[in-house]
Amino acid sequence: MLAASGLVAQNIAFGIVALIMIVGALRVVTTKNVVHAALWLVLVLAGAAAQYLILSAEFVAITQVLVYIGAVTVLFLFGTMLTRAQLGRATDLNNKNWALGIPVALLLLGTLVYVLIDSFHAEKLVDDPKDVPNVTTQQISDSIFRPYLVPFWALSFVLLAALIGAIVLARKD
Amino acid sequence: MSAVFAADIPYWGQSLLRALGGAVAVLLPAGTIVYVFLFKLMSFMQSRLGPMEAGPYGSMQLFAEVGKWLQKEDLYPDRADRFLFKSAPLVVLLSTFMLVVAVPFGPDAIFTNFDNGVLYVLAVSSISVLGILMAGWASANKYSLLGGLRAAGQLIAYELPMVLAVVGVVIQAGTMNMQTIVVKQNAGSIFGWDGIGNPYILTQFVGFLVFMIAVQAELTQAPFDMPIAESELVAGYMTEYSGFRFLIFFIAEFATAGVFSLLASTMFLGGWGLPWSWFNWGSLDEVHNVMNVVGPLIMVTKMMLVAFIIMWARFSYPRFREDQLQKFAWKFLIPVALGNIAVTSILKVAF
Repeated sequence: MLAASGLVAQNIAFGIVALIMIVGALRVVTTKNVVHAALWLVLVLAGAAAQYLILSAEFVAITQVLVYIGAVTVLFLFGTMLTRAQLGRATDLNNKNWALGIPVALLLLGTLVYVLIDSFHAEKLVDDPKDVPNVTTQQISDSIFRPYLVPFWALSFVLLAALIGAIVLARKD
Repeated sequence: MSAVFAADIPYWGQSLLRALGGAVAVLLPAGTIVYVFLFKLMSFMQSRLGPMEAGPYGSMQLFAEVGKWLQKEDLYPDRADRFLFKSAPLVVLLSTFMLVVAVPFGPDAIFTNFDNGVLYVLAVSSISVLGILMAGWASANKYSLLGGLRAAGQLIAYELPMVLAVVGVVIQAGTMNMQTIVVKQNAGSIFGWDGIGNPYILTQFVGFLVFMIAVQAELTQAPFDMPIAESELVAGYMTEYSGFRFLIFFIAEFATAGVFSLLASTMFLGGWGLPWSWFNWGSLDEVHNVMNVVGPLIMVTKMMLVAFIIMWARFSYPRFREDQLQKFAWKFLIPVALGNIAVTSILKVAF
């Protein structure tokens, strides 16, 4: 149902990890403690890394761990612990505008589903595990630094601009 | 994968062997480093004998200590976040176990043959920060929280020079696969002379220095031990831990020291191999099966050498100040590592 019939173990693993991710994602928004929310987010991001591994996208999975778990959530935790992270339940976690979030989330979901179906609707997954293409890191780097060099540079430039912007905001002298 | 692991052992047997091997590769270095360096070497450097009563030359002291810790009551502070408080040491230890998986110990004695071994190591080594932050926050103690925050700031700052130092090795080897990096070092030659292979410590000496300094900071060993600075923060994020939870932190600290020493020997000192020109080995398949037994021994020897340097620095230098620590990482180590990358890539293209 989900993927080809030859990949039973992958399908089961996908289901288990997806279930864990859904529970984690719900707990991120329902838990009453900021630090707990950040740690549930770690579970969701680790689940995404596991899904990449199941899809045999090793490089993406490791990058997910390196960037999102090792850097982003650690900075979340660092920031909240420096400012406001009391133990126990907090009462003022919900923003007044939370209702606006629901249509935005639905819109985002709709867009993603439409884009995915629109671009992949005719393609079938391979049936035999032996036919799964083995994309090496070398191939990824070759395509980043040859055909996709300009987008790569543009992204680096955006990140650099964000970095400089952060420094400008932080320095008030 | 040939005779030793694959041919006659079923998959579950291989998995069992790997799990056992992982436990040995984490716990054995930890115990050895604690006894040989922390108990004995430190004592000799300070003109005292160290533990002498338990067993010959105090060699059973470690078992006595572990027994003592295991007997203690499982204490936690009244206001602590119980679940996070209890799971934090396990997260730190988990990161150590995930690290050792990437280290090759012989031509077939490997846990996994990751294509991205180097990247994987750098990624999972950052998971321990989460455990430390959890410990610091869940303890409900301002010294713990301060220690946790200091640790996070320090580990983030020093992860960058570590990554950049390793990039030099990756450029020179042309791969991120640990096994291939070992092969390239032992099969290589220096200007046509292949008497000792081509250990990357010679060509990447700057990278090695930056890597070792960053490792010292990642392990929060003195002179980078601000997170657990005992004269300022009691014991930092470990303040509230006692009994076997403290023991887990303690094991994780020295096991990680051992694993990082293994990684340094893999990437800079030639890993498990001997120079292949000595035996006329041409490729990985021609390497004699005996190396699956000799390789781990060579690795342990190199690990002890690197761990000795780490511990020697730990016993010799006074602690940095917090601002000096951050300045040293961002204004000295990172520029040096970036310069090393630039020079390495220019030389790689030129030769």
